[in-house]
Amino acid sequence: MEQTDLMVINGNELPFEPGETILDVARRGHIDIPTLCHLKGTTPTGACRICVVEVKGARTLLPACSTPAAPNMVVRTESPEVVTSRKEILRLMLSSGNHNCAVRGRDDSDWTAFQLGVEKDDGSDALCPVWGDCRLQDLAYRYQVTGEGFQGTPARYPMETANPFIVRDFSRCILCGRCIQACNEVQVNNAISFGYRGAATKIIAAGDRSLKDSDCVFCGECVQVCPVGALVEKDARYQVRPWETQKVRTTCSYCGVGCQLYLHTRDNRVVKVTGVEDEAPNYGSLCVKGRFGFTFIGSEERLTDPLIKENGAFRKASWDEAIGLVAEKLKTIRDEHGGDSIGVLTSARITNEENYIAHKFTRAVLKTNNIDHCARL
Amino acid sequence: MTNSIADIEEADVILVTGSNTTENHPVISAFVKRAVTRRGGKLIVVDPRRIKLTEFAEQWLRPNLGTDVAWINGMMHVIIKEDLHAKTFIEERTEKFDELKAMVEKYTPAHVESITGIPARQLMEAARLYAKAPAASILYCMGITQHTTGTDNVKSLANLAMLCGNLGIRGGGVNPLRGQNNVQGACDLGGLPNVLTGYQTVDNLDAIKKLERVWNVTGLPTKPGLKVTEMLPKAHSGELKALYITGENPLVSDPDLNHAEKCLENLEFFVVQDIFLTETAQMADVVLPAKCFAEKDGTFSNTERRVQRVRKAVDPPGSAKDDWKIMCEIATRMGYAMSYKESEIIFDELAGLTPSYAGISYPRIEHEGLHWPCPTPEHPGTPILHGAQFTRGRGLFHAIDWIAPAEVADDDYPMYLTTGRVLYHYHTGTMTMKTDGLNERAPESFVEITRGDAQGIGIDDGDRVTVTSRRGEIQARIRISRKAVDGTVFIPFHFAQAAANRLTNAALDPIAGIPEFKVCAVKLSKGA
Ligand code: SF4
Ligand code: SF4
Ligand code: SF4
Ligand code: FES
Repeated sequence: MEQTDLMVINGNELPFEPGETILDVARRGHIDIPTLCHLKGTTPTGACRICVVEVKGARTLLPACSTPAAPNMVVRTESPEVVTSRKEILRLMLSSGNHNCAVRGRDDSDWTAFQLGVEKDDGSDALCPVWGDCRLQDLAYRYQVTGEGFQGTPARYPMETANPFIVRDFSRCILCGRCIQACNEVQVNNAISFGYRGAATKIIAAGDRSLKDSDCVFCGECVQVCPVGALVEKDARYQVRPWETQKVRTTCSYCGVGCQLYLHTRDNRVVKVTGVEDEAPNYGSLCVKGRFGFTFIGSEERLTDPLIKENGAFRKASWDEAIGLVAEKLKTIRDEHGGDSIGVLTSARITNEENYIAHKFTRAVLKTNNIDHCARL
Repeated sequence: MTNSIADIEEADVILVTGSNTTENHPVISAFVKRAVTRRGGKLIVVDPRRIKLTEFAEQWLRPNLGTDVAWINGMMHVIIKEDLHAKTFIEERTEKFDELKAMVEKYTPAHVESITGIPARQLMEAARLYAKAPAASILYCMGITQHTTGTDNVKSLANLAMLCGNLGIRGGGVNPLRGQNNVQGACDLGGLPNVLTGYQTVDNLDAIKKLERVWNVTGLPTKPGLKVTEMLPKAHSGELKALYITGENPLVSDPDLNHAEKCLENLEFFVVQDIFLTETAQMADVVLPAKCFAEKDGTFSNTERRVQRVRKAVDPPGSAKDDWKIMCEIATRMGYAMSYKESEIIFDELAGLTPSYAGISYPRIEHEGLHWPCPTPEHPGTPILHGAQFTRGRGLFHAIDWIAPAEVADDDYPMYLTTGRVLYHYHTGTMTMKTDGLNERAPESFVEITRGDAQGIGIDDGDRVTVTSRRGEIQARIRISRKAVDGTVFIPFHFAQAAANRLTNAALDPIAGIPEFKVCAVKLSKGA
């Protein structure tokens, strides 16, 4: 019989397959190790070190997301040493920029000055645009860290708003590199990378140009994976707060890939779209049309009432009148000239159920097989 | 697709042809790119334009427009000559190999070079790369189908895949990428003139009897109806008196638009059901407002045959209704009662009449869609087709000779025009052009051309030009681009103001009825 490899995490003996990391094994065993830079399916970078764990016999704490599981390894994921280290990392991150959410600590005597500074950078007097939807904030709560007592470092780079879809706010970037992984390894658009060095490090498009002049195709994968408020959809920024919205899972209505997405709605309007992670066929990825092309849904130009043409111009009509007119005309033409004098174009845009009904209507009621759609056009 | 989307990443070699995947199916292009960058797969791109994917390609072949059958036959010639074909697969699972072999005999690399312009050595290398791969996938799109020889092109790609045993295996297959979200579903569920749901032919009396029983009607027609491309001429001649269009905008998407307009004007009664007052709707006698996808419940079937849920997120504007409800109300007024409480009940009815959907139900696809065929409620769905055998038993090779495109460049119209899409817009733009950001990225139509060709006619980047074909003319701005190939211009077809389809050719593929969008002859002149 084949020997299964075993390791121990927090006292639980867990089996693993060669090639798995400590994080993989822990997640399968429902043990939660916090991560920030880790992005499923991409090469681990070890950039944030929030996932460090204590491994018996190792001289230092090791990042769970990039350390391979080994036979008889003994791991503790929340030892005092681990917790201290995580708090330190979080404190540094919180103090590194405009993290003006509740975790910064409102009693801080510096708060007012800090908030005023952020307001100036940001052009808004509200709290951080992603507050309530931020991994850093969640972890700060979990480990009871505040930014209090830290001198906030002023924003080094101005915000980039010069493209239609994405606001890049470098003052809130924690340099986790997830956006780079998403862009280069998931979507393989190779539009962004780390630029400059040391304290001057910044996420840049080639030549530090703005996204609109780069290879960026505005798929928004980077926005979806950014754990903080550094990358936000332009239209949703400061407009949409997660607790005010509902989300409904559906299928993209553009191309035939059929990406699974969430429509986020508020007051009967779609205000934002995100990809459904971990599910086929797109596993969270979308393209610019699916993610940003939703304005048409609530467009003023949508048809709202039936229209009937009279003397060359349309007038509004009731459903009763319009349906009556169509039924009468089709009936007369069918009865006088036969069903084959009528044609129906159903659509590659409407649902299966609707195509089926169109087919039933055409064949059973109009009594013709003159039904097609424009897919070949 | 014969295989699933996820399966693309498993391929050792991927051959992409007639698909500008990064712009038209961006998320699928990520699977292709990852196969190359992360799994060491090799990519062959066959496309005259320098599309983005060529940057990831091991081999990039640039055929002349309309020469697909020739290069595919040429690859098969090389594969057979060098004894790289899958003999056991051919022996056990296919028919008529000898006819194919005889046909491709004359397609020597040198002969193919003279037709396609692909250097003989490059063709041979690409053929070897494809044939030697343990699993090779073929992806194609409108660049293959939108020709008078579209059906031939598709069959040729199937020949190539069968020749190398690349069907029914992971990472293999012949995979058409569907342009519109529910083309697959429209075809599956009876939106075609010659077949009922599940591709049962209209003269299949058993299927007809079953429908008559379930629908409680008699006298269902059993003679194939008109294709869309046949309907318009019949409207012109007066044989077709009424047309009911739902959710389509043929007045931008149709080939030879000028003619299409005249045909529609001739109708006695014209109904359009849509979400916007499109160019087509403006010509209608009655316009019926429909809900859009975000307002409905139902299902779409994607390009990998996966049936997935659509769910209502917002209320419709005004009194807009479900497309199905409108048609049911009209049917009822015409004396045939049709009424359903909700889309799920319609789905259950159609599943009962469509063998390949029989095992699918809303509860089963609540979380993740299923691939048809899925004949029973226990069946797990079929991500890979033709596993143990082909639908028709044995796979049939088709011996196909290359024929030139319907229209070739000449002294009067010296350049070729090909049409397609850009990333930021979709189809006729009725939806995408409502988003300012998308318009900002792609504001207007353009004529993509090589620097050399532009200089030849004395035009510069950004100049306005008039493009003329035998059918019409349009004006647009010149875009000099590295993507272009000498002798050919590219114009996107999204833009109604400069609709490329005022120029294109309505000559049809004799079987599929697909117009020759991808090749026609034009001339350019400066100024508008
Ligand atoms: S922009 Fe976001 S994802 Fe990218 S490095 Fe900064 S914090 Fe991480
Ligand atoms: S939007 Fe897409 S292409 Fe642009 S930087 Fe983000 S991930 Fe890269
Ligand atoms: S998100 Fe983009 S790739 Fe996905 S289905 Fe929609 S249009 Fe297609
Ligand atoms: S999550 Fe492991 S190092 Fe960042």
